[in-house]
Amino acid sequence: MSGARVTTGEDRDTGSPLSRGRLLAPLPAAQAAGFRTLLFKEVLRFWKVSFQTVAAPVLTGVLYLLVFGHVLEDRVEVFPGVGYTAFLIPGLVMMSLLQNAFANSSSSLIQSKITGNLVFVLLPPISNREFFLAYVTAAVVRAIVVGIGVFAVTVWFAPPPFRAPLWIAVFALAGAALLGVLGLIAGIVSDKFDQLAAFQNFVIMPATFLSGVFYSVQGLPPFWQAVSHLNPFFYLIDGFRYGFFAVSDASPWLSLAIVLVALAAASAFALSMLARGYKIRT
Amino acid sequence: MTEVAAIEVTELVKRYPRVTALDGVSLRVEQGEFFGLLGPNGAGKTTLISIVAGLARASSGRATVLGHDVVADYRDARSWIGVVPQELVFDPFFTVRETLRFQSGYFGLRRNDDWIDEVMAHLDLTAKADANMRTLSGGMKRRVLVAQALVHRPPVIVLDEPTAGVDVELRQGLWAFIRRLNRDGHTIVLTTHYLEEAQQLCGRIGMLKGGRLIALDRTQALLQRLADVQVTLRLHGELPPALRVRAIEQGDGRVKLRVASAADVEGVLAACRESGAGIDEVEVGHADLEDVFMQLMASDRERVAA
Repeated sequence: MSGARVTTGEDRDTGSPLSRGRLLAPLPAAQAAGFRTLLFKEVLRFWKVSFQTVAAPVLTGVLYLLVFGHVLEDRVEVFPGVGYTAFLIPGLVMMSLLQNAFANSSSSLIQSKITGNLVFVLLPPISNREFFLAYVTAAVVRAIVVGIGVFAVTVWFAPPPFRAPLWIAVFALAGAALLGVLGLIAGIVSDKFDQLAAFQNFVIMPATFLSGVFYSVQGLPPFWQAVSHLNPFFYLIDGFRYGFFAVSDASPWLSLAIVLVALAAASAFALSMLARGYKIRT
Repeated sequence: MTEVAAIEVTELVKRYPRVTALDGVSLRVEQGEFFGLLGPNGAGKTTLISIVAGLARASSGRATVLGHDVVADYRDARSWIGVVPQELVFDPFFTVRETLRFQSGYFGLRRNDDWIDEVMAHLDLTAKADANMRTLSGGMKRRVLVAQALVHRPPVIVLDEPTAGVDVELRQGLWAFIRRLNRDGHTIVLTTHYLEEAQQLCGRIGMLKGGRLIALDRTQALLQRLADVQVTLRLHGELPPALRVRAIEQGDGRVKLRVASAADVEGVLAACRESGAGIDEVEVGHADLEDVFMQLMASDRERVAA
């Protein structure tokens, strides 16, 4: 038998370039390095195509503002003393933020599944929790970048006040995280792009559109008001808007509680799917 | 000597809703071996590798890499093994160097550029280091897959059909490299459809069929299992009945017979003469792995049918 056997990393010899590296794995490495690398890769992935992943949603946000703001500015006053355009801006920022958080984790995961390169992430010693956190954090990063982008180009039309900036940050982060987790779930469950598109078009889009981005639910008939209160996205938009105007349809504390419960439930579900290897490690 | 096995699987079963991919496979690959895993499509080779690599979960049974359970102790198990997947997969967003840096990082290695440069040099990838993965030819992508499997210097290296669709030149280069890794002490596990390659490279071979291990032996022993010598005849006239049981292959006017030794060839020729069958051509050769493979697959079929 040859002398080369698994040992600890101490017997680094100075033989051939290849044998220098033999049998040394694993080098003592911080476990967090796998997570950090995956996060960095995920951020770089969307940043390399930022024209499509950042610039495009910012443009969409501006178009909504121009069209709806122009048509409704003089006709609607949702909160007393707040013009419609100023009311609309936080809603559009949050809507873009939520949609892009979802898009990032879901599209990255399904692309990797379909092209097969997810194997590169599944072979290394990355835990389910690290995998989860990396995808969700990357989704939050993209969501915040897009949110800031939409805000930066729309704020000039009607600068809203910043009455409670901490709430703005809290709801932006919690909302991005929730949608990042939902995107991860959709990416795990979907086998094809059209399944994912269905999830996006029939769940995420209606839920964000009907969450009070363009209107206050208090202007709705009682039945639809009640329906709106069953939509978790309503609390995200409402709480986020509270940060700007210190006025909201629901208490920001209630909204936060609901959002955090939804986030915890979605995260637990996603992690349990990862733990079972559902559609990932079959 | 009870040295820990490079790879050990015990009573491994993998059931999918419609098919049993592995039906109780037990197998031990020792450290430093060059081991071949052969079998027809659907035999369970990739399933077995996937379970060892942590890409799939076994329905029952156990798999370890250098003594580390691939489920309970997955961090260590995965750190010790490098896998070259069968599919030619790549991430179109990144360059070769980025791809290798990410792969290092996933294994916890943040500063690994010296080793990455070395691996790229050995695989003739240096000139393409900054090329996007999309722009590479199939052969180049295959080399990157090999490099990715080696970034963390794994003592156990698994290659699943690494030369499928690869041109001869690259295949030779790749094998020279893998042989060198094996000489340096790495355990190599290989699946391939090219039995000639397996015969040349592998010290020991396991053959899978229908999710079961039907042969497991040193390559030489497997070859000797069939008569070491074979004689191919072209006859005019019928093959004498006494020789029919020795026929391995027949067709095209030729018949290939197994013989116990070179001396036994004379007996075969005499039997033909006695029966009046004229001999046009005689060729004496050795059994190769393909013969063994074909025979094992056929005999197993008979056993199942019986």
